[in-house]
Amino acid sequence: MTNYLWLIPLLPALGAIINLMIGRFLGKRTVSLLACGGILGSFVLSAVTFFQLIKLPADARVIHNVVYQWLNIGKLNAEVAFLVDPLSIIMLLVVTGVSFLIHVYSVGYMADDKRYARYFGFLNLFVFAMILLVAADNLLLMFIGWEGVGLCSYLLIGFWFEKKANATAGKKAFIVNRIGDFGFMLGIFLLFWSLDSVSFQGLQAALAAHPLSTGLATAICLLLFVGAAGKSAQIPLYVWLPDAMAGPTPVSALIHAATMVTAGVYMIARMNFLYVLSPTAMLVVAIVGVATAFYAGTIALVQNDIKKVLAYSTISQLGYMFLGVGVGAFAAGIFHLMTHAFFKALLFLGSGSVIHGTGGEQDMRKMGGVRKFMPITFWTFLIATVAIAGIPPFAGFFSKDEILWKTFSSGHRVLWAVGLAGAVLTAFYMSRLVFMTFFGENRAHHVDHHPPDQEPSGHDVCCDDDSTRDKSHHAHIHESPKTMTIPLMVLAVLSIVGGLVGIPHALKGANHIEEFMAPVFANSGIIHVEKHVSTGGHDAAVLPVGEHHGDTTLELLLMVLSVGLVLISIYGAYYCYIKKKDIPGRIAQKFSGLHKLLLNKYYIDEIYQQVLIKSLLALNNILAYKIDLGVIDKIVNGLGTSTIKVAKASGWMDKNVVDGAVNGTGQTVLAFGQVVRQPQSGRLKDYLTWVVAGIIMLVGLIWFFVLK
Amino acid sequence: MHSHLLTLLIFMPILAVPLILLLPRKSHGAIRITAAVFTGIQLALAIYLCAIFTDTGDFQFKEKYNWIETFNIQYYLGIDGISILMVLLTPLICFLAVFASWGINKGVKGYFSLMLLLNTGMMGVFCALDFFLFYVFWEITLLPMYFLIGIWGGPRKEYAAIKFFLYTLVGSVLMLLVMLAFYFKSDPHTFDLTELANQYKNFTSFGIIAFIGLYIAFAVKVPAFPFHTWLPDAHTEAPTAISVILAGILLKMGVYGILRICLPILPEATRSLAIYLVIIGVINIIYGALCTMAQKDMKRLIAYSSISHMGFCLLGIGVAVSGVAVVKDAVIGLNGAVLQMFNHGCISGMLFLLAGVIYDRAHHRDIDGFGGLANRMPLYTAMMTLAIFASMGLPGLSGFVGEFLVFLGAFKVNMPATVIAVFGVVLTAGYFLWMFRRMFLGPLNPKYANLTEINGREMFTLVPLGLIVIFVGIYPMPVINMVNNSLVRLLELVAR
Repeated sequence: MTNYLWLIPLLPALGAIINLMIGRFLGKRTVSLLACGGILGSFVLSAVTFFQLIKLPADARVIHNVVYQWLNIGKLNAEVAFLVDPLSIIMLLVVTGVSFLIHVYSVGYMADDKRYARYFGFLNLFVFAMILLVAADNLLLMFIGWEGVGLCSYLLIGFWFEKKANATAGKKAFIVNRIGDFGFMLGIFLLFWSLDSVSFQGLQAALAAHPLSTGLATAICLLLFVGAAGKSAQIPLYVWLPDAMAGPTPVSALIHAATMVTAGVYMIARMNFLYVLSPTAMLVVAIVGVATAFYAGTIALVQNDIKKVLAYSTISQLGYMFLGVGVGAFAAGIFHLMTHAFFKALLFLGSGSVIHGTGGEQDMRKMGGVRKFMPITFWTFLIATVAIAGIPPFAGFFSKDEILWKTFSSGHRVLWAVGLAGAVLTAFYMSRLVFMTFFGENRAHHVDHHPPDQEPSGHDVCCDDDSTRDKSHHAHIHESPKTMTIPLMVLAVLSIVGGLVGIPHALKGANHIEEFMAPVFANSGIIHVEKHVSTGGHDAAVLPVGEHHGDTTLELLLMVLSVGLVLISIYGAYYCYIKKKDIPGRIAQKFSGLHKLLLNKYYIDEIYQQVLIKSLLALNNILAYKIDLGVIDKIVNGLGTSTIKVAKASGWMDKNVVDGAVNGTGQTVLAFGQVVRQPQSGRLKDYLTWVVAGIIMLVGLIWFFVLK
Repeated sequence: MHSHLLTLLIFMPILAVPLILLLPRKSHGAIRITAAVFTGIQLALAIYLCAIFTDTGDFQFKEKYNWIETFNIQYYLGIDGISILMVLLTPLICFLAVFASWGINKGVKGYFSLMLLLNTGMMGVFCALDFFLFYVFWEITLLPMYFLIGIWGGPRKEYAAIKFFLYTLVGSVLMLLVMLAFYFKSDPHTFDLTELANQYKNFTSFGIIAFIGLYIAFAVKVPAFPFHTWLPDAHTEAPTAISVILAGILLKMGVYGILRICLPILPEATRSLAIYLVIIGVINIIYGALCTMAQKDMKRLIAYSSISHMGFCLLGIGVAVSGVAVVKDAVIGLNGAVLQMFNHGCISGMLFLLAGVIYDRAHHRDIDGFGGLANRMPLYTAMMTLAIFASMGLPGLSGFVGEFLVFLGAFKVNMPATVIAVFGVVLTAGYFLWMFRRMFLGPLNPKYANLTEINGREMFTLVPLGLIVIFVGIYPMPVINMVNNSLVRLLELVAR
């Protein structure tokens, strides 16, 4: 029953191959049928696998499918093999399900694109790589998928490559990810030589046999986390993700929000058995996560490009997932990953629908009142906003609150407080986005009137989405076609009910999802929260996660607190952007320094550019021109010239001092000098003479030695 | 036929030379077709050879005849896993090179004759098991390469050819001296490489010096820092097909020489100097990559990237020898090095072919002088994408397998070196994507609005290499199985 798992990645792979090779000749209908059909097939197969899985007893829910041996040398044995357990099946369902919806959406969104087949080919290729990533049974195959999704991300960010900024954004994404992968690879190496295996099951078995020292575990986990931080856009490697919004909006939704960027979280959850060995690494993950969550939230407060706000929001939400896995709440992190996939995909697709409907506009200052023209988009977008803001009973509430609660209950009070503050920011910037875009008067015609907060100078990567399409600002705003609105509605339903699988025990829920994944995280039931003075958790204790019976009241209290703060935050946004519209401008003026800092994203891009890139380029030039051409070649040329001189001198010696018998040798040397000086086809004969003479000399030499 | 298969393989191309010389000077078509037919037959033989080859760790298809009995010089051929991939790659690259030379109109007879002679020389190097024979074939490659660059090259061809010649000649002289030393130290005197390996104890007294002499000879070819500066010039000036052969095969002769001669004959010296191979390998990778980033000429960029990528071979050999105490772990890195030889041959071959395609159309290679080519030449862009991502070591393509194994092997033996070397993959992504962005993406440069798409003949030269790159990336085991036993055997010799 298990030998069809390989079909799950194969279907999208076939779609990609066909669409990329001959898609141009097939017609758009066939192309989209092939592309969507393949993904639907994968989704159905994943669903079938899911039902097979839940039929098994809870602790035996593992399906393993070896396809072939990829590398086998010495101890190294890496197979192309798939592992489906409760963790990866959730990922598979989310990936194939959301992918399918976004493929369908793309049929409408990309309808007029001249590179239609290539788009779907790339998108299918992405899904293939993503399935490899989540279903891989070993780190090496996961890494293949990991870099594969990076390739697709590169190709799709720069899909409209005619615009230089898009192409540059793609390049940036790939290179920053490569820096992350640098750490990831080293992590794999260290892990392999420590435990002699790359497969997840093999590693767990090896760990059971001979435990790893904490130092080694910390090193491995931190190296792997470098990879995770690159792929999942965490501090300090997040800089590529906002620029990545240059790609078509469905790509932003699928790759840069719902699936690929969550790979880092998934990887850590997958490696949970290793991370729990290193409290230090876990703490680093949690701190980086919550810091990113807050930091990105502050930037999102002032951005005016609708996709930029969502991009920073994504970075921020990913931070929450890392906070979750970092405090040992792996299930909660994955739960948030899943709900986030629903509502963030919906937000991006909704924004795409707005961009589509307004003829390519992305600047929220030129929107407003869109809700009247695009009711479906508006309502679905609103649902997603409520979900991400964390209002019960929408999806985001349960998952985010679960993370915050686990953070609090595991003793990380400071991290919890920062996380809560981030949640308040989330509610504010998302409400601001909704109010600016959908409410008030339409501002599309006041294009020339710029509010005080100017566009940051330098680079504005994605002020328009599609240079190939007609994007008149005066185009009539209209609702998007059905292929686009139906996926919106499906995702809206998921954003409403998606959280119900994880209602916490405190609310008399069953928390199915945590229970379902529990066997995967069985080894990590006990999280050692040592006394981390740095986090202020002076009263921290060793707490078994998930067993906090006496804390139900506290959990409920904190829930009420966070919901209350979120509601206040939303009202604040309402007050600023609907009631007293002059307030944001006044605040921006009053705190102009801070405002500029946020608007320019803390100038991190500029610092990277000036400090890192510039000095690298300077070094390159020194090496290539000063050393290679300046030193080494000078020596070589000098040697060459002096050889010619020596040859000439010895030639002169031969001619004038030694004559007759040794003439042959002398002339050859001279001939060599001339060949060296003036190589021309005409001198072929001279050269051959020399070679012959050389061989004669050689034989003579041997003769001489043998005789001796 | 099996008993003379290698002889046939080596001399098949040179059989075409008299025919070509007999053809009328103006009949370019006939000359090209003759060259294509003979290299085609050679390629078919090589494929057949690979099909019936199983790696036992021993030499196979041996041919052994006395050549110059007085000096115990033998015509001794044979192949094992170390050479099999090169014995396949050489005919393939040379066959494709014939088609990449279709545009050569000057001195066609001489050009193809020299190219075929070069082919024979290279095949000889990879098959010879007698040091003297090896040396003769080694020198045979020098001559045609010199003229092919010096006559059919670009504007600075003289300088490039001389530079190539001087560097290589210095190396050859050193190799000659060491060869003679081996001969006189051995008892009975012999040039037989397997016999020399058996007598390795005779060479311990001067092992270090002999190793350094041989190393310089081979390092020039690799090319290893600081003997690398001939390569960018040679590549920039050489015609496309010659660049392809140079990068695809000639450079591998250096790595092959180290594997075939230094390791088995000088095990002790190799072991004690292995750390320097590691260091030079890392320098090649990083220094080469940094220099690559500063290049403005497409071919020079690819040439420098070759320097960087050949560093992986040196690193792989260095770490395998360093860690030879545990052969089954050490062989991982050595597999990587040998695979990298083969992969780099295919990938750099593709890159130079691709550089030739655009040069034939635009007559320059200035990276900043293009822009938006993807718009005009989608198929060409697709092939370039494949080649650069393979070169970047994208998992799923062949480049990754070699690099990964080298790194994995290296990590156990020398962690700091590995950390530095792995950073090279970030730099590789940097320079290739930078080049790709400038040349292929962005708005189309109006100057090139009428460029024609890559044609059928050019695709024909690229597709076989592209397929190999994909196949080896997805399913590397058949290739590993062809080399692994011989490499284990080789390391056992080193461990003595």
